[in-house]
Amino acid sequence: MGWFKRSPWVLHYNATSCNGCDTEVIVSLTPLYDLERFGIMNTGNPKHADILLATGSVNEKSVQVLKNLYDQMPNPKVIVAVGLCAISGCVFQDCYNVMGGVDKVLPVDVYVPGCAARPEAIIDGVLKACDILEEKYEQQKKKRG
Amino acid sequence: MNSIYEVYQALSMIERALVFLVLAPIAGGLLAGLDRKLSARLQGRYGPPVRQPFFDVLKLFQKERIVVNKFQNFNIVLFFIFTVLSGALFFAGSDLLMVIFGLALAGTFFILAGFSVGSPYSHLGAEREVIQMVAYEPMVILVAVGMYQVTGSFKVAELVQHQTPLILYLPGIFAGFLYILTIKFRKSPFDLSMSHHAHQEIVRGITTEFSGPALALIEITHWYENVVLLGMVYLFFGFNPWIALVVSLATYVFEIFIDMNYARFKWQLTFASTWIFTAVAAISNIVVLSFLK
Repeated sequence: MGWFKRSPWVLHYNATSCNGCDTEVIVSLTPLYDLERFGIMNTGNPKHADILLATGSVNEKSVQVLKNLYDQMPNPKVIVAVGLCAISGCVFQDCYNVMGGVDKVLPVDVYVPGCAARPEAIIDGVLKACDILEEKYEQQKKKRG
Repeated sequence: MNSIYEVYQALSMIERALVFLVLAPIAGGLLAGLDRKLSARLQGRYGPPVRQPFFDVLKLFQKERIVVNKFQNFNIVLFFIFTVLSGALFFAGSDLLMVIFGLALAGTFFILAGFSVGSPYSHLGAEREVIQMVAYEPMVILVAVGMYQVTGSFKVAELVQHQTPLILYLPGIFAGFLYILTIKFRKSPFDLSMSHHAHQEIVRGITTEFSGPALALIEITHWYENVVLLGMVYLFFGFNPWIALVVSLATYVFEIFIDMNYARFKWQLTFASTWIFTAVAAISNIVVLSFLK
């Protein structure tokens, strides 16, 4: 069995969000919600991260950074799209510079809806992502033989 | 009361070293878990389970291996080997000076690992680690010097069974050692080069480019190192094993309190304050002791 469920480390990237979802991500680390009681740690380093929390409707500029961060994360890794903008682009989806959601550029595994997404929803999304991490690890092991 | 020492003397040096190799990571991991739990409680959070550091390390061993420079993990393995070796020498009752130089060499390999990768954050972390090392190393050597002045021996096996309480002769040295322990444990205000908490101004400092198994090895090495350092605290109170064990644990808890109460210092303040404290507390202690003897 994998140990990803017990210790998922989270990297958070703001791909041109309005900061609403970002503050909610930070709020879920505060004493009231305390993500760390599940062993979830917020790291600033993609090389240590298991889960990428992306917020905001991705645009032409932030897409390079987002892809770069994703590529630097070691396998197995999971992307969680937090908030409506990250899911579909929301009201910005017709803008000329907006890609319209994280799943247009990277394979998203978990969608956390809400504008802004509630901390409870974010915690739920991260815990769902842990299950997917375990699955990906199993697949990886099978592939290696 | 002295049954601990009877058991200790019954074991040969190799057996003592083996006991250390097996028990130190368990003790170190539990101490790290205690640290995280206590830190969380001090911040009004519930905190992760005490076994959390073990989960982290087991997970890191399952992650993909990413290598930027083929020498980076070689340096980390040497860092691990020299820390474990000096710890084994310490608990086998060998020369204290040898242990201190072994730890310094291990620290050097850690710095080389930080410089061997391309990331500017890692380089910045490694530069800060050099400064930290220059700051704490004199004090560590003065611990050995002070203990030699009192007991006339560098052998850990003799120091630990010395009948007179070393702490009464070396209060200044002990205070100085407590001061630099904050640096060695990588606690605020001296966690310049890397930090276990969410300060991210240089990403993760010296460990920025290390992921997966290499990071797990760094973490385990840190556990070993912590146990050796708490062992050095033990030496000051070796006249009574129970007092010594309680004080060693209390020292660790004290460092956690310091960690929670301070913001990070700049490197200038870290360096200057450590050397001034070493000069005032430790060197004056040694001078007074040389007049007494």
